[in-house]
Amino acid sequence: MSNLRIIKDRTASGAMRTVTIVALAFVLVMGWGLYRKSAPILSEIPLWDLLTDSTWQPFKNKFGFFPFVMGTIWVTVIAVIIALPLSLFTAVFLTEYSRRFVRKIVYPALDILASLPSVIYGVWGTLVVVPWISDKLAPYFVSFSTGYTTLAAGIVLSIMILPLLVSLFVELFTSVSNELRDSSYALGATRWQTAQSVVLRKSLPGVFASVVLAISRALGETIAVLMVCGNLPAVPHSVFDSCYPIPALIANNYGEMLSLPMYESALMFAALLLFVVVLVFNLASRLVLRKIEQK
Amino acid sequence: MNKLVVKERFARLLMYLSITVVLILVASIIWTVFKRGFRSLSWEMVSSLPGGGFYIGKSGGFLNAIVGSLYIVLASTAIGLIISIPVVFFLNVYLKSKSKLAYVARLAFDVLFGIPSIVYGAFAFTLMIYLGLRTSLLGGIIVETLLIIPILIRSMDEVAKNFPRDLLDASFSLGATRWETMGVVMRQIAPGIATATLLSVGRSIGDAAGVMFTAGFSDTIPTSLSQQTATLPLSIFFQLSAPQAEVQNRAYAAAVVLTIIVLIISLLGRFITNRFSKHKLR
Repeated sequence: MSNLRIIKDRTASGAMRTVTIVALAFVLVMGWGLYRKSAPILSEIPLWDLLTDSTWQPFKNKFGFFPFVMGTIWVTVIAVIIALPLSLFTAVFLTEYSRRFVRKIVYPALDILASLPSVIYGVWGTLVVVPWISDKLAPYFVSFSTGYTTLAAGIVLSIMILPLLVSLFVELFTSVSNELRDSSYALGATRWQTAQSVVLRKSLPGVFASVVLAISRALGETIAVLMVCGNLPAVPHSVFDSCYPIPALIANNYGEMLSLPMYESALMFAALLLFVVVLVFNLASRLVLRKIEQK
Repeated sequence: MNKLVVKERFARLLMYLSITVVLILVASIIWTVFKRGFRSLSWEMVSSLPGGGFYIGKSGGFLNAIVGSLYIVLASTAIGLIISIPVVFFLNVYLKSKSKLAYVARLAFDVLFGIPSIVYGAFAFTLMIYLGLRTSLLGGIIVETLLIIPILIRSMDEVAKNFPRDLLDASFSLGATRWETMGVVMRQIAPGIATATLLSVGRSIGDAAGVMFTAGFSDTIPTSLSQQTATLPLSIFFQLSAPQAEVQNRAYAAAVVLTIIVLIISLLGRFITNRFSKHKLR
């Protein structure tokens, strides 16, 4: 009888270990699969040329990813520039200043932001942000803009990474010990001085890691960005130009790509590029955050 | 001294401003989607299939997308739970808390959590070609399952990590094997499982980039796993890119339906974390 119980336990242990390891191996399989699919284009065109060439003519066998890389970078940078101050001030306020009832309103609001699907942000972007840019904002700076711009994509993206940033920051700031705060107050520092030179300084590495994590999230956003960015394969020169980030490229052309093997390979290379960058960013930031957590 | 007061006031002003901006943004998104959507939402839209000429503005609804989304979400959540509960259990009960494997596994799932769904979609697409599958309901279920497993595992694991070790020891000292202790653990992390499930349902019902490659699109409700299926986010996306106002209005209506579903899920998650923790020892 007791033998059976032990056998059951051992079997379960083995089965669970297998499931865990298979799930783990999935990261490797994914990278390997994407690499194999993008091998044809990598063997034909050197990596450096792929990334720095800006002619995109799949049917003439010209695959320059430069406009897409630049589009992705522009959109991501704009998103971080908007989201970082907003989320920092919000998080400082929530942890250092606010009363309970403020938190009771703000946290559910952030929850809603976090739970809304990408396509809803896209709908909101086309209904609100795009007309606002083309009618109100752009006329001050340029003669004409459709509104489907790098800026629109950046704004939409910034709101999408906002809840992630705030929740990471709040976690970081609450982990700063109260003794430090008290000693700062005891020395006569104001609240803001304490927030700035004790809380923020103490959590600076964590803030940095959180931003990197948010960037990796922003890099892969597809549908919302695709709906507002204009999808023009050219390097943007101002925030009022259209752009064409990498995820949008993959999503827009998946039907077409099967007609040409090299085209398919190029798009899989785009996916691989995204995979590798996100993997590295994610790994680095998670390792830093984990170290902070353990302290 | 005066300078400090000014600085303090200024910082406070910026904070109030940030909070206001965040709240206004949330209100603006919900308000815009609801206002625009309810104007065109009708019972016909949520209860009928696309009729002839649907995409040039003729009659019909998007029931196909609602049902397609439900099929994919329910199936992938069920499969995801079957795979991830044993993993969570293994990480927390079978492995010691300082185990290398547990550390690497948690890191790997964190990383997988961060991989964008478009990459999952692209990968699943190549996998399907390799296996000889065509875009189908099955493909959509596969990619969504892969997508939510890391979410399920990591959010259940967060709860299970705080599981009191003493309770495990108590169970072991009574002679229970680790396998038999699962009942105790399950009861303790039940609210965690529920919230994790809701979280992943919310994520997979709203995901468009993953199913775009794998589930395809169709105007009918799929009757077998090998048929293509429509999904709610893609239906919004496709209809919105049509030039006719009637078709676009339907996209807004579909957006309201999706938003309401997601909001209910999110509220339910909050409710469960607050209420159903009665078996939980602290």
